[in-house]
Amino acid sequence: MLENAFKYQEQMWQSIGETFVMVGISVGAAVLLGLPLGTLLYFCRKGQLYENKKLSLVLNTLVNIVRSFPFLLLVVAMIPVTRLIVGTAIGTIAATVPLSIVAIAYYSRLVEQALLEIPRGTTEAALSMGASRLGLIFKFLYVEARSGLVLGLTTSTISFISFSTVMGVVGGGGVGDFAIRYGYQRYETEVMAYAIVVMIVLVQIVQFSGSTIARLLDKK
Amino acid sequence: MLSLSRISKSFEVKDGVYQAVDSVTLEVEKGSIHGIIGASGAGKSTLLRLINLLERPDEGSVILNGREMTVLPEKLLRQERQKIGMIFQQFNLVANVSVSRNVSIPLELAGVPKRERTERVEECLRFVGLADKAGQYPAQLSGGQRQRVAIARALANHPGLLLCDEPTSSLDPATTTEILGVLKHINEKLGVTIVIVTHEMDVVKRLCSHVSVMEDGRIVDTFSRADGEFLPAASSSGSYREQILGKAREDYA
Repeated sequence: MLENAFKYQEQMWQSIGETFVMVGISVGAAVLLGLPLGTLLYFCRKGQLYENKKLSLVLNTLVNIVRSFPFLLLVVAMIPVTRLIVGTAIGTIAATVPLSIVAIAYYSRLVEQALLEIPRGTTEAALSMGASRLGLIFKFLYVEARSGLVLGLTTSTISFISFSTVMGVVGGGGVGDFAIRYGYQRYETEVMAYAIVVMIVLVQIVQFSGSTIARLLDKK
Repeated sequence: MLSLSRISKSFEVKDGVYQAVDSVTLEVEKGSIHGIIGASGAGKSTLLRLINLLERPDEGSVILNGREMTVLPEKLLRQERQKIGMIFQQFNLVANVSVSRNVSIPLELAGVPKRERTERVEECLRFVGLADKAGQYPAQLSGGQRQRVAIARALANHPGLLLCDEPTSSLDPATTTEILGVLKHINEKLGVTIVIVTHEMDVVKRLCSHVSVMEDGRIVDTFSRADGEFLPAASSSGSYREQILGKAREDYA
């Protein structure tokens, strides 16, 4: 029975690779674009340093729209955009486009929340010593929020792993797609169970690493 | 060295406009320790924040060392702020970095090279008596020690002026004495002018050379110790004004 589960081992390795590519790129997008977007969301909020009602409304609406899409529909709806960006709407790389869009919107919210935890006085102290905008962000805000930022990224990564499982619809592959095609559709329950175990292990590793790093970074 | 002239600040609140500071004119002499005392809500913390323009005044001017602060462009204002130290009731240290890094941050912001920074950080920590805590984190320190780190941080860029916002209000009496001692030492030894906001009469009597009483956004009186208008003594009761004046009259009688 056990050997049954492992009989598509080669395809399994390939699927794990695809999951890593999809999740890896979307985590990259979350950090590179979600972090600045979340910081902007924070600054533009009512009562914050660069309060800006219009910009705040636009950004919030955009982020909420992306997050309210049923993910599968977003993937389909984004096909023209994907084609524009990577030249094709099919395959693992193409699948990273909608995933990254969700990643950016998702993580930006968590960044905003992590920054809101910082006491007001920290910003005040920074400004009183003549910090520039970048000085304030990098020497004060990100330093004080760093454990929250890491925990947020951990939660996000786990969501991206979950989102990546439906990427079969655009030929994205990944462990989730493997579980459906080799396990579910071929009635090979052992294969499906094996794929789910792989997912569970992945999520556990991500959560454990994230929590550990966040704890080590927290000196409060 | 510092003069505020007819400076006002109001805030929009739910049911209208709240006039936090109402046309205040104030002169702070070089080398003095100028107290601003008043009940909570009197506008004294706002007044302090108008000095380094953490709050923008609605009208009036702030002149520091002959320079009009309110018209400075952003970049010059930041450079001016680097020469004004500020400490707070809640210390406002960066909790995730060590004591020495906390003191180093203002130097980094001012673009001081690394070797000079290391020396200056040591010097400042020695000055406040915390040289042995350099590697610790704020959470490992007592309240008084944290405030001393904040003082070291405020001194890092050799400020001519130190703004103190209720620096002892969350400290116990013994620690208050310790912090007041450090502030006095800074004033006498380094010649730093100090503006201190407080609601504790005792702080004024023990530390200040001048005191202004604030009520409802206005400065209602200013006294100078040199002129014998107020004397160091334990305070009793009554309004801040009565405490200062009443005590003075008793001593004259």
